[in-house]
Formats: sequence, C-alpha cells, structure tokens
Amino acid sequence: MRKVAIIGIGMNKWGELWDTSLRELYTEAALAAMDDAGVARVDSMYIGCMSSGLFTGQEHLSSLMADYTGMAGTPATRVESACNSGGVALRQGFIEVASGMSDLVLVGGVEKMTDVDGGMATYALATAADQDYESFHGVTFPGLYAMIANAHMARYGTTREQLAMVAVKNHHNGSMNARAQYPFEITVEGVLDSVRVADPLRILDCSPITDGAAAVILCPLEKAKEYSDKAVVEIVGSGHATDTIALHSRKDLSWLGATYTAAQRAYAMAGCKPEDIDLAEVHDCFTIAEICVTEALGFFDKGDGGPAVERGDTAITGKIPVNSSGGLKSKGHPVGATGVAQIVELTEQLRGESGKRQVKNARRGLAQNMGGSGGSTTVHILEVK
Amino acid sequence: MSTSAKLKREMPQRYRMEAGKCTTCGYIAFPPRSICPECQAREFDTVILPDEGTILTHTVIRVAPSQFTDEAPYAIAIIELGEGARVLCQLVDCDLEQIAIGDPVKIEFRRIQAEGKSGVLFYGYKAVPA
Ligand SMILES: [Zn+2]
Repeated sequence: MRKVAIIGIGMNKWGELWDTSLRELYTEAALAAMDDAGVARVDSMYIGCMSSGLFTGQEHLSSLMADYTGMAGTPATRVESACNSGGVALRQGFIEVASGMSDLVLVGGVEKMTDVDGGMATYALATAADQDYESFHGVTFPGLYAMIANAHMARYGTTREQLAMVAVKNHHNGSMNARAQYPFEITVEGVLDSVRVADPLRILDCSPITDGAAAVILCPLEKAKEYSDKAVVEIVGSGHATDTIALHSRKDLSWLGATYTAAQRAYAMAGCKPEDIDLAEVHDCFTIAEICVTEALGFFDKGDGGPAVERGDTAITGKIPVNSSGGLKSKGHPVGATGVAQIVELTEQLRGESGKRQVKNARRGLAQNMGGSGGSTTVHILEVK
Repeated sequence: MSTSAKLKREMPQRYRMEAGKCTTCGYIAFPPRSICPECQAREFDTVILPDEGTILTHTVIRVAPSQFTDEAPYAIAIIELGEGARVLCQLVDCDLEQIAIGDPVKIEFRRIQAEGKSGVLFYGYKAVPA
C-alpha cells in the first residue's frame, strides 16, 4: 500500500442556502479544494451524499458532478452510507490512491436539504433507520438518540446538564468558525429551556438541517510536494465498521459498537493509541452522541463521557479538544458532507491555519463519522509530516 | 410508501409477531432471518414472541414525522420480551411523564398509521402498561 496525503481542502459557508443548488454546492467546494492543491483535473472522484433523490429528486451524482466540475469522462462514484456517506467516500478515495489505481483523487461530500419542507426532510433522514421495524412505528432520529440518552443516563448517571454542555461547547467553538451555520454562543439554560423534540432531547441538543458541501484532494505522499508547498498531512489510519441497523437489536443500548471497532482498526493501522490523539472531530448529530462517541473512541471510560465535558476535557484548551469546528451542532449537518468537512477541519488544524480556534501543538487528529443510530462508522487518523 | 403486496408480506410479523428461533443457539430473530447473526446456522423454528415484557429505554416523540403529526406527543419504547427478543414500538394508554425503564408492559394489536395518499390503514403491535 502507498502512503496517502491530503493536499487540498475546500469548503464554503454552510447554512440555508436558498440561492445555491445541489450541483453548485458541490462544485464550489470541489473547485476550492482543487485550487488549494493547485490542480486543474483529477484522475477519479468520490461523492458522499445520503439522499439527493429524496431531498432534490436528483440521483446519478457521479455523472452530474464529474460533468459540472469540468471533468466529464473522469471516473466518478457516488457513495451512500447515510450520515456516514462522506466518511466512506474518503475511505474509498484513500483506498484508490493507496492501491496505486489513481494518483489524484477528489473526495467531496454534499447535501442540499432545504429544497423540501421540514416534514419531508425528517422523512428523508428517517430512511437511515430500519423502515419496517423502527420508522414504521413513528420513531424519529432524535427519538432513537433520545433512547440512547435515557439508557446512558440510567446506567451511568449522565445528567441533562452534561448533555447541554456539549452543545454549549460546540457553539462556543463554532462562534470562531466563519463557515458555521450557527456561529453564536448558547447557554446551558438556553438548551434546557428550548423546545422539546424527543424526551430528554430538546431542539438545542440536535444538529440542524443544512445545505453544504466539502471536498479534499488526495495524492500519494511521495508526490505531495510536487503539487503543494503547504504542510503535508497524511492519512495514517482508516477504520470502518458496521453494526445492526435497528437500535433495539444491540445488546448494549448505551454503547456505540461500530465506533469502537472502527476506532480500533484505525488505531492499529496508525500504530497509535487514544492518548496519542491531539484533537478530534466527531459525529455530534445529537449531544448524547458526542458523549457516547468519546467513550467508544477510548478518550474516556464508559460512563465518563458526561463528566468529561463538565470537567472541560473536550474544550479547545482541554486534554482532548473535540469538535473545534463547532461540530455538527453549530457548523451544521448537511449529512453527506459532514464526514468530508471533518477532514477539512483537521487538515486546517494540523496545518496551523485555524486562527482563533487553533488547537495548540496539533500533530495528530482523529475524525469519526457515523450513519443512522450508529449502524455504520468510519474513523480516520491524520498526521502532519 | 406501501403497496398491498408489502402489506400482505408483513402480516406475519405485524399481526402475529412471528419470529425465527435458531435451532442451534436459540437466538430469536424478529423479523425472521436466513442466517443466525450469533452462530451462522441457517435453521430456524417459527415461534410467536411472548406478549409481555419490560421497558429497556424510552422517549416521548414531540416532533413527529408527517404520518404521525396528529398523534404527537406519543411514547416509543424498546421492549425486552424474554429470551433476548426485543422490539421497538409505541407505548400507549399511559402517562407520558411517568414512564420508567424496567416498567412491565403488555403487547396489544392496534392501529399504527394511515398511509397518506391511499388512506390504507396499517395495523401492528403497541405496548400498554401491564
Ligand atoms: Zn444461532
């Protein structure tokens, strides 16, 4: 296997972008990444996208996006793994470069979510759950994570306030990120007073509906300096795992098994341990998710994810900064783009280009992207050379 | 989205709670499966899930998907029905503020939802306090 570097990143501001179409979102991010890398064409392209069909009526993104990035003729592959589509797209691009099949690969993620109303968006997202044995009964994604939260709170004593602190921390980080959809501070009281969505979760525990895209350019590590004079960031570990699609089929309802397994695989490939990670971008689709993920990644013991937030361990200045970007909560969550945007944030941090939210001495970062209620996860570990 | 073929296909699970029991390790598959996820054996006996169980976790849905907006708020629970069999379903005829993990429940046959365009009614299982 060849070593793989990230030589370009691209991402515009996220939000409810009524003037920007699906193809424009993707193309803007892709061209920004190509400009950052200093390349005009690539050998191959992956597009992470969960549900352009339900959100916009458009499928066949391989052809559309190769066409609109000016590269019709180039091999392109659309990747779907619910909210983990971007993470799996990155892994496919990594495998293609590592294998020697291609030198320059563009990995983009995109979701255009605001062309439909809230009810339709909720329906589209719920297709990531088991349609016949979960969604059929009227459960929503907030509902599934709410049940994880209740199980975690009952088992470990995790508090309602600790959940809120995840959102407060991520909004604080996002307030320093010009690309974030909601770049403002919130308070614990504000979270606890916000509208109830699925008990015990409230609207400020939930990531928003977002239009957005992100893209990165990969190439063999040995050729990175031919393209770019920026600090070289290498993908040193890639782990991928699945779990049962239905939450109720899992033995432990307060544990994210696929995240644990994907992380173990990524740590093994990278030859490092949780304590060697300097910062992480994780899938905080709901506040409880960040708490469970930080436990499954091995940053904290089982049940210590809530107290860890309260201690400030996951703040930018803490022991292991989590979601310096603002996370899905503040930055936004255009589902197919999220996994790629995590790589954009880590690359920027490792290059030392993150300005006010820069994590000090960031040498090694971890990204965790997750689909559904935890039914699929990718973990990638990046190192600056 | 549902068709009459899909409706008929799912009757054994939704109406009778038919499951598969692995003849090798006893794993209960609901819905039935072709291969056991625990031991990879491929032989199952058809069994009917018990109609009593306990709540493993729960929530109250306040913001509902479009087919369920008229019913919100409503409770959803994951229920352990014995021998490791678990289902997710609505919990009805209860005080939404008083639901607790470990509560005993009973499964009943109820109307679940009406399909938007056709108005076809879907029936299935819901839980009530035991
Ligand atoms: Zn078995």
